[in-house]
Amino acid sequence: MLTKRIIPCIDVDVDEDGEPAVYTGVHFEDLQYTGDPVELAREYNAAGADEFVFLDITASAEGRETMLDVVGQVADECFIPLTVGGGIRTRDDIKETLRAGADKVSITTGALERPELITEGARAFGNQCIVISVDARRRYDEAGDHYEQVDGESCWFECTKKGGREGTGVDVVSWASEAEERGAGELFVNSIDSDGTKDGYDLPLTGAVCDAVSTPVIASSGAGSPEHMREAFEAGADAALAASIFHFGEYTIDETKAYLDDHGVPVRR
Amino acid sequence: MSMQVGAEVVVVDYGLGNLRSVTRGLERAGAAVEVTDDAGAIDRADGVVLPGVGAFSEGMENAGPFRDALTDAAADGTPLFGICLGMQMLLTASEEAAHAGEGDVEGLDLIPGDNRRFTGDLKVPHMGWNDLTVTREHPLVEGVDSVASETRLADGPAGGSVDGEYAYFVHSYYAVPDDDNATVATTEYGEPFPAIVANDAGNVFGTQFHPEKSGETGLRILKNFVDVCAE
Repeated sequence: MLTKRIIPCIDVDVDEDGEPAVYTGVHFEDLQYTGDPVELAREYNAAGADEFVFLDITASAEGRETMLDVVGQVADECFIPLTVGGGIRTRDDIKETLRAGADKVSITTGALERPELITEGARAFGNQCIVISVDARRRYDEAGDHYEQVDGESCWFECTKKGGREGTGVDVVSWASEAEERGAGELFVNSIDSDGTKDGYDLPLTGAVCDAVSTPVIASSGAGSPEHMREAFEAGADAALAASIFHFGEYTIDETKAYLDDHGVPVRR
Repeated sequence: MSMQVGAEVVVVDYGLGNLRSVTRGLERAGAAVEVTDDAGAIDRADGVVLPGVGAFSEGMENAGPFRDALTDAAADGTPLFGICLGMQMLLTASEEAAHAGEGDVEGLDLIPGDNRRFTGDLKVPHMGWNDLTVTREHPLVEGVDSVASETRLADGPAGGSVDGEYAYFVHSYYAVPDDDNATVATTEYGEPFPAIVANDAGNVFGTQFHPEKSGETGLRILKNFVDVCAE
């Protein structure tokens, strides 16, 4: 039986000395140093992670060179799928990242600004390696296309850019459908509202995207416990991503999978 | 456990995808690996890996310059291992080419059969970890000697059989060999489909999943392949 995937994610920046380092934040801000990316990748691979997501949060040219080098080192340690995101805007960026050792690329802003990038990437490298990532934010006005009832209020989900700092007016659910039509092989759903809160995923958001598309969906932002992951799977997600609960040792991958297994969620153990 | 004699394995680089992981996996399994776009390297090799991601017709077009070298190697008994799209290309044809309006695209026809798209309510692509059911013997699915399964080698694959183990899949089409006996292992997605196939002679085989992305189980399969090449 196809199992649900548990995916640790690392956000990687360069530190003061230009060395790559992993940071963990709250609401996409207040970043704290959490470790060395290659070391963490090695640990998660051994611990039974189903995949690994590596997000480059440097956004500088020199940083990018360093990152591709680190991606290669991580790929050499990880005999599990590796998704790499951050700053990917052109077909050449996709190619470079795949060549460095990524199996999939995760694209956010680059696809919102030029949706053809999805089509081009899928055609050149295959749908399976094009992951479209959204940084969603709840809005309670009337500018959206798809509304969900949340705590008695009607809200829609807006795609943001630049790690949540800029709105786009684009409805996440409409965008997810378009991305799928253009050839995205997977959708990676982040929430600005629940990022780092450990209060659980934004389930109305996860559910709305899962209902709209037939490609696999990765739920992200807000995991505080294995129970939150179970909720995301019940909402229709195929994979659940977490950062801090694993980085800070609150739960191991094995404990997480044991809990899910006990609650009837198929996992690889 | 048999000693490695340093099998020389060629990974065919026809311009698609990430070859780094399969190269590292084969190296870890004891092979000397050459990634090459030179068709001449294929007949000198102890074993050949045909990797692949992406679309069937584009894959066949890119692999065109290697077609003769690959069929010659297969006829000579050289182990030839197709991975994912590389496995689908070992068969005769694929619905994918017709689906994309590209008419009939000839596969390598080393394992007669077709590739079909998943239908019904299933999410496509079939992406993630799924378990293997071994349906017949083949060196690729053997355990490594009689090492107990809990004895994980620090730097390599575990022992035991791969039956019941999980492997990482990402694909929208699956192989349907003409001869049922070409199937070595199956996986269930909606219904059982072939996860590992092999020809009658046993030297041409492929996995629909990515062994280089399938953790310890995948590394064991790569090790089995390298052992076959070293014989």
